[in-house]
Amino acid sequence: MFSVLAVSTTRVIRAAVYLLFVMILMAGFYFMMGYNFLAGVQLMVYSGGIAVLIVIAVLLVHHIEHRVERLSAFEYLWKGAVVLAGMVLTLVSLRQFSFRRLEGAEHATVADVGERLLATGRGGYILPFEVISVLLLAVMVAAIVIAKGESENARNHD
Amino acid sequence: MYDIVAVATIVFFVGVFGFLTRKNLISLLISIELMLNAVVVNFVAFNKYLYPGRLDGYIFSLFVIAVAAAEVALAIALIIALYRLDNSIEADDMDSLQG
Repeated sequence: MFSVLAVSTTRVIRAAVYLLFVMILMAGFYFMMGYNFLAGVQLMVYSGGIAVLIVIAVLLVHHIEHRVERLSAFEYLWKGAVVLAGMVLTLVSLRQFSFRRLEGAEHATVADVGERLLATGRGGYILPFEVISVLLLAVMVAAIVIAKGESENARNHD
Repeated sequence: MYDIVAVATIVFFVGVFGFLTRKNLISLLISIELMLNAVVVNFVAFNKYLYPGRLDGYIFSLFVIAVAAAEVALAIALIIALYRLDNSIEADDMDSLQG
């Protein structure tokens, strides 16, 4: 899988591109499950936004041929063993749990999602929705302040 | 169902592995993204196959995606600011907050 490549390649720019592939494959899962709107959101936000943002950051702070240094083989080995143990444990316990699978409910349309997202009654998600929008605004302002204010400070220092 | 959750598990643990073994801040960010994405796929799979009439997992995954986007924007702003400061993005070099 591409995810293994994304964490094992030595060039950061290639890791970012592998991450992009992983995102697109995940969007394929959503299409398989019939959630088209979610797949679209995934494609736009993850592959369109986040992956491109990471690629731009890599290009800004790295030389294109820059390679990260590797850890020792011993460290790779024991960390890999720990992670593998956790993965096997999770998969085995997942196998033993029997899910009661429900079939055949209606497909969720975008209108359903929108109404549920803006519902104020029981089970409505209007409050998290508003909180998320405020969070996004705050993050945008903070990102601009952090990325810009530091350089002003540095200039004052010099 | 099992297949999708198993793939998500594998991707999650690959992300954990990357988080443990990488030293580079951007690589750490990529690993975090892998983990978040695996969790989102789990949300959607459970919603689809166990509670198909409800939309909670769907809406939760929308929120998680929004938070992930915000997190990446902020993290990249921080990385660029730190790079300006230190000329390095290796996690081991980050000591400017130590007294």
